[in-house]
Amino acid sequence: MTQTPAGDSIAPLARTKATRDLTTTDVREQQVVDDGNLVNRSGRGKKIAVYTALVVFALIYIYPFVVQVSTSFKTDADAVANPLTLLPNPVTTAAFERIAQTDFPLWFFNSVLVTLIVTAGRVFLDSLAGYALARLKFRGRNAVFTTILAVLAVPGVVLLIPKFLVLNYLGMYNTYPALFVPLLADAAGVFIMKQFFESIPVSVEEAARIDGASTFRTFWSVVLPMAKPALITLTILSFQGSWNELAHFIIAADDPRLYTLTRGVGGLTAGGLGAGNQFPVSMAAALLMTIPTAMVFIAFQRYFTQGANAGAEKG
Amino acid sequence: MSTVQTAAGPSTGRAPQRAPGKGGAQRQTTAGWIFTTPVLVLLGLFLFIPILMALWVSFTDWTGRGSPFSSNVETVGTENYQALLTQEGLSRQDFMTSLRNTFYYVVGVVPTQTVLALLLAVIVNQKFLKGRTFFRTAFYFPAVVSSVAISLVFLFLFTGTGAVNQFLAVLGIDGPTWFSDARGLIHIVGDWLGLWTIDSPPSGLADTQVMSLSLWEWVSGPSVAMSAIMLQVIWTTAGTFMLMFLAALQDLPTEVEEAAMVDGANRWQRFRNVTVPHLRPTILLVITLGVIGTWQVFDQMYVMTQGGPSKTTLTPAYLSYDAAFTQKQWGEGAAMAFLLFALIFALTSLQRFVLRDKDEAATRKAARVQARAARRKGTAA
Repeated sequence: MTQTPAGDSIAPLARTKATRDLTTTDVREQQVVDDGNLVNRSGRGKKIAVYTALVVFALIYIYPFVVQVSTSFKTDADAVANPLTLLPNPVTTAAFERIAQTDFPLWFFNSVLVTLIVTAGRVFLDSLAGYALARLKFRGRNAVFTTILAVLAVPGVVLLIPKFLVLNYLGMYNTYPALFVPLLADAAGVFIMKQFFESIPVSVEEAARIDGASTFRTFWSVVLPMAKPALITLTILSFQGSWNELAHFIIAADDPRLYTLTRGVGGLTAGGLGAGNQFPVSMAAALLMTIPTAMVFIAFQRYFTQGANAGAEKG
Repeated sequence: MSTVQTAAGPSTGRAPQRAPGKGGAQRQTTAGWIFTTPVLVLLGLFLFIPILMALWVSFTDWTGRGSPFSSNVETVGTENYQALLTQEGLSRQDFMTSLRNTFYYVVGVVPTQTVLALLLAVIVNQKFLKGRTFFRTAFYFPAVVSSVAISLVFLFLFTGTGAVNQFLAVLGIDGPTWFSDARGLIHIVGDWLGLWTIDSPPSGLADTQVMSLSLWEWVSGPSVAMSAIMLQVIWTTAGTFMLMFLAALQDLPTEVEEAAMVDGANRWQRFRNVTVPHLRPTILLVITLGVIGTWQVFDQMYVMTQGGPSKTTLTPAYLSYDAAFTQKQWGEGAAMAFLLFALIFALTSLQRFVLRDKDEAATRKAARVQARAARRKGTAA
């Protein structure tokens, strides 16, 4: 019964690749038609319209980040008086120095640690479960899969109070594991891995199994290396998810030593550092927490794009 | 899709090769359960059990001290739900205010971000365009950045003397004090059109109470503060949906578009009659994901407004958090979370029903009728 929706949704990872290869030919064909037809007359006007729209949108999308960078090097007074100017006058690193004296380094460390653990844990556990659901025949498999599909339908934000209740009950509230253990449960990742494993041919692992390799060995040394694209996609989704997570960290602990970046910086506006008009400080903090994301984003851009679509199919 | 279907059933093709291996089947069962157990335990521990616990708490008056299962915690039946839905009082007033705010928020954000995402996708998909990757990246980048970082930037951009208002001043517009302006947009427009004055609302609206709010309050529209958050969210999420539309646009068979061109369809007709129908499933998906996501809005309220000014950015998610963690009314907070859950579930089901593919539904129904007829014939014979 679950066969049909599962079949439909395997497509994204495989399909994105296929379409990418196709686009080059599409472009050529399209141009032939465009050039040889009535479209030609309006061609120039259309180009101007498209480029104008692009520039306007690009400004709207890039300008806030430029303002963020430049403001973090301004003095408080300069930031308030000249919010639109892009060149700080005078240039100062005072905001960063002020941040260095706060708990910011600790928050940063906590965020890095939690993100690493969550990402590693999710990638390993999700691919294990995804492989079992895609390839191993066992009684109860359909029930397990249905359970995971049901979990996907639960809106995350209604789980805040429930999660606190269980952490509190288990005595985990305000401990380090409370920050990352609940985040390891990730139905969407299992789903993505299952889809991917179903799209690679069975023959290779058959050979390994006939050679007498154990199930885990087959999974670990034969199947997993073939799943590299999906693993990278999942790594990126997990990184993005745990680095940007806020709500879970709010309900998992209120000890300032257990603050992550989102929690610590998010509290800036409600008093403390952000009180008054210390915009350079809040911009510098926002900038510092954006830099790791930007680096990962630029390095793995292609996979981000696929990840967005893989995640989408789960709906 | 047909190739996909065959790939979906890999296990069936293997049976003949392994037929004699009963030990193999046993091994697969053991391995299958070992492989899935960690995820199942985690989901059970941090999803199913918590939901049951919260369901219990929503029927108690637990204040957060000790165990919610201890004997001095009293069960209050459906009192928490009644306080939110049927009893006159502050709880219901706040809850209804949060529903009103979020309703306007969803109605504003979802269509706008869908249209903007489609527009960006169509622009970025133009074949002649140079630097497509760059623009695609620029439009998508906000979607991967932490909502906290983005919120800080927008707080700065939208201050009374901030970048946005300075830009508006250049255009000769006197910008509002965004995040401290509680006036509703519909109120403002009505005032501007001369339908009413904001300071002395028409008594017919102001004096009629429906569910703890006056009609005047119900029709406020999103406050100026909420609108600033809406702009931020539209700006942030449009990029993600743009990628979905882009993937769908690249799947559009060129022959179809060429055929339409040969038939003399102009650009708008082609978009309207060829592209949009092709994008239908994606549009449905984007709207559904949009509705699910927007009803849950929490981060921005926590970082930027804490529900203010005058509770006009209060949302059910933030209110439920606040009721439990700040006011220590855990029962009421949990009840709100369940009501929100029910609401999201009802809305997405309704939406799927309304926007369902009518042709497909008809085909399916025809198939069912046929099958039934065939069965009847079978039994008759």
